[in-house]
Amino acid sequence: MQYLPNIIFAIALILGFGYFAKNVKKLIRNIKLGQDVDVSDNKSERFKNMARIALGQSKMVRRPVSGFLHVIVYVGFIIINIEVLEIIIDGLFGTHRIFSSLGAAYGFLIGFFEILAVLVFVSVTIFWLRRNVIKVARFWKSEMTSWPKNDGNFILYFEMVLMTLFLVMNATDVHFQAMNSGNVISQFIAPLFGGLTETTLHFIERGAWWLHILGILVFLNYLYFSKHLHILLAFPNTYYGKLKLKGELNNLEAVTNEVKMMMDPNADPFAAPEEGAEEDVPAKFGASDVQDLNWVQLLGAYTCTECGRCTSSCPANLTGKKLSPRKIMMDTRDRLEEVGKNIDANNGEFKDDGKQLLGDYITNEELWACTTCNACVEECPVSIDPLSIILEMRRYLVMEQSAAPTELNNMMTNIENNGAPWPYNQMDRLNWKNE
Amino acid sequence: MSDLLKVSTMEEYMAQGKQPEILFWVGSAGSFDDRAKKITKAFVKILNKAHVDFAVLGTEESCTGDIAKRAGNEFLFQMQAVTNIEVLNAYEVKKIVTCDPHSFNCLKNEYPGLGGHYEVVHHTQFINDLITSGRLKVDGDLYKGKKITFHDPCYLGRANNEYDAPRNVLKETKADIVEMKRHKRTALCCGAGGAQMFKEPEKGDMDVNVLRTQDALETKPNIIATGCPYCNTMMTDGVKVKEKENEVQVLDIAELIANAQGL
Repeated sequence: MQYLPNIIFAIALILGFGYFAKNVKKLIRNIKLGQDVDVSDNKSERFKNMARIALGQSKMVRRPVSGFLHVIVYVGFIIINIEVLEIIIDGLFGTHRIFSSLGAAYGFLIGFFEILAVLVFVSVTIFWLRRNVIKVARFWKSEMTSWPKNDGNFILYFEMVLMTLFLVMNATDVHFQAMNSGNVISQFIAPLFGGLTETTLHFIERGAWWLHILGILVFLNYLYFSKHLHILLAFPNTYYGKLKLKGELNNLEAVTNEVKMMMDPNADPFAAPEEGAEEDVPAKFGASDVQDLNWVQLLGAYTCTECGRCTSSCPANLTGKKLSPRKIMMDTRDRLEEVGKNIDANNGEFKDDGKQLLGDYITNEELWACTTCNACVEECPVSIDPLSIILEMRRYLVMEQSAAPTELNNMMTNIENNGAPWPYNQMDRLNWKNE
Repeated sequence: MSDLLKVSTMEEYMAQGKQPEILFWVGSAGSFDDRAKKITKAFVKILNKAHVDFAVLGTEESCTGDIAKRAGNEFLFQMQAVTNIEVLNAYEVKKIVTCDPHSFNCLKNEYPGLGGHYEVVHHTQFINDLITSGRLKVDGDLYKGKKITFHDPCYLGRANNEYDAPRNVLKETKADIVEMKRHKRTALCCGAGGAQMFKEPEKGDMDVNVLRTQDALETKPNIIATGCPYCNTMMTDGVKVKEKENEVQVLDIAELIANAQGL
């Protein structure tokens, strides 16, 4: 029975990581439902972007208050997790503070962790106040109700509890307090537990220790269901993010082939396609559902942490239109999850559920409100490109459904007929010279 | 004054067996829109003044297809692009200047993939080059002491990271340049991009151009400077909505330079 805690710990660890691994597999499967896109180019530039934007948080700090607080939580999160290594070794082998043999260095480390824990706690509290008391506008947009709203708060509560447990664990650790090295913060918490017997203290300390590690495992598994996935996906997403100038929108290759065919006087439209060429023709132009988007766009949907910087800079949203770039990403993820569950329920095969991203999640009204100004792309701290999804869906509306607003159809007819968006004769193009 | 404009076409150049230094891509707005035509003429005056050897395509020019592309009609865009590229390549065009950031972006970034490789510059960049290379000197104190705020066109700024050239040119007018709260990469769109220019806006609380005009008016400017014919229209309308048209002018950078020179 002596090994019971070790065994329970090992089981908790296996369950925690096992379930997480299972969901990561699902996540990767879902992302791969997207169309293939070649992003194997410019590896060094991509690494630099990842280092600068994800690791270096360069775009976060453009908004100084939230950026600075986020850096604290981010650094705290990464560094305090070194402590988890000790917890895992202790838990598996029944040791207690195995690294304490390092002596002064250990005291220094734990002291540093304690300070970070307080800073993280304070920052997270300010985040909570910004969301719930100050009510920063971008957290109160129409897409931020129910789950998205709760999710944001749950994450903050998780972090508060984890930091508190870490400090309580240290404060009630009689040996650690007796060492009097590294208890920079916890020495001031210890008196709160004064008067308790050593047994009770030990009980509290063990309780905090267990809850801390179990909390971390639960939090890890919470990620897959939460916007908090960004702590992992920010890295691949900034790596695979757009390298070209923001103004450059991709030219659809399938269209290029057709246009070439039309323009080439020698082309025989009835000729049998070259071998293998047939598969290159896509089932449709543009996107009406998540499978029509490419996998980088789907990765972006899972990466989005719903901070709303995009929406708060979107000219359409700022003037009260329905479009919200954040909602575009949230809808894409929700629909992708729905498709994923559909596949799970149907033995690995997607069964038509009569729904799609276009219409059931994202309306035409939202899509037509976009000015393609790239403000959302510029703002995103993790290189998500909502504009590319909007464009793909407009392409579907126009090229597959001819469902553009009437005025735009007129404009396009003009371009077709006389080479200008207005009904002027091309022969009059130089008239300004003599006016 | 327009009879003084010297404008040749590529066709005329070719007939003489000559190649101009640069092709001026006028664009649909610059050719047909009454307000934008003034910008076109102002820029031509600057080109003439600096003795720039340039030509236009004239009746051989057609819409770049940019608006169609952004509206989702990739097919129409590529048809336009391929047709234009045929003309441009036939004339062996190497360098293009345009007053329209949308044409600029499209020609520069989206034509290469379809076989059109040119050096493309925006007219504010070109004027800036004329000034720095000494080919154009801006004198005159017309705008000295005036407050000018510059509205960054999305397709020059965020889309192509050009924020300095228009500001450098503006400095030559000796005016006081005041920045809006949202400027450079955080600049707010005028509301015309993505084919919005050609349709009614979706339902909302206000129009984007009015919000952007508010941004500009907060700086208490005498002049709102732009570098895009569509931004110009949107800001001009915004100023009218705010009933400030008697106090605040909306002018393109080319017009400011031409006016400063008394051209």
